[in-house]
Amino acid sequence: MRALKNPLLSLVATLILGLVFQFGFDEYIQLMVLFVTVNCLMAMSLNLVNGYTGQFSLGHAGFMAIGAYFTAYASVNWNFLPEQFQGITFFVFAIGSGLAAALAGFLVGLPSLRLKGDYLAIVTLGFGEIIRVALLNMDFLGGPRGFANIPGFSSFYMSYAFAVLWILICFFTIWRVMRSSWGRGFLSVREDEIAAESTGINTTGMKVRAFVLSSFFAGVAGALFAHFTNFINPSSFTFLQSVNAVIMVVLGGMGSMTGSIIAAIFVTALPEALRPLQEVTGVDLRMVIYSLSLVLVMILRPKGIMGELEITDLWRKYVRRSAGS
Amino acid sequence: MQDFAQHLINGISLGSIYALIALGYTMVYGILKMINFAHSDVYMVGAFGAYYVARALGIEAQPGIGSLAVLLISSMVVCSVLGLLIERLAYRPLRTAPKLNILITAIGVSLLLEYGGQVVFGADPKVFPEVMKDFVIFSFGNVELKSFDLTVLLVSVIAMMALQFMLYKTKLGKAMRAVSANPSVASLMGINPDKIIAFTFIVGSALAGVGSVLVGMKYPKIDPLMGMMIGMKAFVAAVLGGIGNVRGAVLGALIMGLSEEMVVAYLSSTYRDALAFGILIVILIFKPAGLLGKYTVEKV
Repeated sequence: MRALKNPLLSLVATLILGLVFQFGFDEYIQLMVLFVTVNCLMAMSLNLVNGYTGQFSLGHAGFMAIGAYFTAYASVNWNFLPEQFQGITFFVFAIGSGLAAALAGFLVGLPSLRLKGDYLAIVTLGFGEIIRVALLNMDFLGGPRGFANIPGFSSFYMSYAFAVLWILICFFTIWRVMRSSWGRGFLSVREDEIAAESTGINTTGMKVRAFVLSSFFAGVAGALFAHFTNFINPSSFTFLQSVNAVIMVVLGGMGSMTGSIIAAIFVTALPEALRPLQEVTGVDLRMVIYSLSLVLVMILRPKGIMGELEITDLWRKYVRRSAGS
Repeated sequence: MQDFAQHLINGISLGSIYALIALGYTMVYGILKMINFAHSDVYMVGAFGAYYVARALGIEAQPGIGSLAVLLISSMVVCSVLGLLIERLAYRPLRTAPKLNILITAIGVSLLLEYGGQVVFGADPKVFPEVMKDFVIFSFGNVELKSFDLTVLLVSVIAMMALQFMLYKTKLGKAMRAVSANPSVASLMGINPDKIIAFTFIVGSALAGVGSVLVGMKYPKIDPLMGMMIGMKAFVAAVLGGIGNVRGAVLGALIMGLSEEMVVAYLSSTYRDALAFGILIVILIFKPAGLLGKYTVEKV
């Protein structure tokens, strides 16, 4: 029970926050909040591979697509519980999506994670594209027309609670994993692969584990996305979507979970904040600003905004400093 | 059989365009050990540069070899300046940074050029001016050798031979190979690696510029996102031949061009974009250093 104290407290806190959004804001902002949760999940899961294990993956959108299509197909065709228990059905489907994506992650990861750095990036990019092209050619999943009429939750609050539940599961799973021997293995692979290997760590095995866990949560993110938008098509999961996840990880700080969350909120809210500017110039400035900030962050602050610190670390630092002076 | 010969001609013509772009990737990789993701967008800017030069000079009224030369030179100049700027502003500050950071910067620069291009040039496709007249030079039954294919092939062969000459017969080329082998020892020998790297970017970008005019001539529709897919394919070609290896890049590009043409002709065009990555993955799994590359063991 003690191990569950922090997750339960955060669950209660975020659910109360959800009430604020339920009654305080209009539907437009509520939809934004739901997209933030999807992006949070994407950023946190990618952080496990990019940030903690130091392997550059550019195919995250592919796993998200697998999850989204699995949920879409399952919730249209296999309704095993009555309408009232929709939450449970969707939860099971989300786990199924995660498992499907994790299987894909395993199949992709096992051969390609023997490669390093740039090659890995390009191979994962390739796999992301192959998944997309395969989906384009699958007629029972809608092909290029997309998959419409995916059942979603009846109310904002239900969707929000469902997403928050998954975010907390993701957050605390990664949190616990990073403090286990696996987590040490991931970090050692990031710091120095050759040294890690010579101390007896199975580096490919470690990378594959990180990759599989990461694709599991990317699949869940896809499932959430499918329920929230009620419509998916292969062009939602392009290279840009993968880059978007990378941008969030990098901006937030590679190796910082809370940093990823902050960056996900920021990156999702920024285009909406820029909307007036966009109306003045008449073109989409969002990607220009993203990419420019990506380059600038890399040059000026190579570790991202938060570095490897979490919010709690910053708080502790602040307390220590004020106590010392 | 005649169909096959026609596809062969088309494939070689496509492959030689890929080769011009792949050379840029392979040269930068050989010297800096980084994937220059922005290379394909330099190529895109080159195409737009040529387009605006052609409009400013009124070249579309007088197609011919002369206007092709003017466009080639202007596009090469635009690309070299851009390549130099990118190297100076984005890559040089990160010379000693971890590889991951450099890779992310390269992606950032690439996206910046693509979407900055949409802001500057407009997102709608533009029609590249007619540089030359397309006519059939030689026909044998159904097989036709068109002047475009021949020009593409000739120009790219000349460009590649010039590159080969420069790399192996001039002092500058020797310096480039020295920096590629070992930058710190090269600098002990009185070579300034920064200058050589900048020069590499100029040469690679100029080749992309040549490629952009040739593509504009053959497929006359240009838009700010045109570099994305061709860049991926050219990069795959470079990896296929063994990245860092100039001859390998040309070989890989020809294989890519031919196989793509054959897949479109005999299977289905929807699998065209997946093909490049399929080839890449198979190659990397079975021969990680590429067809002509040497496998190096990393030492501690």
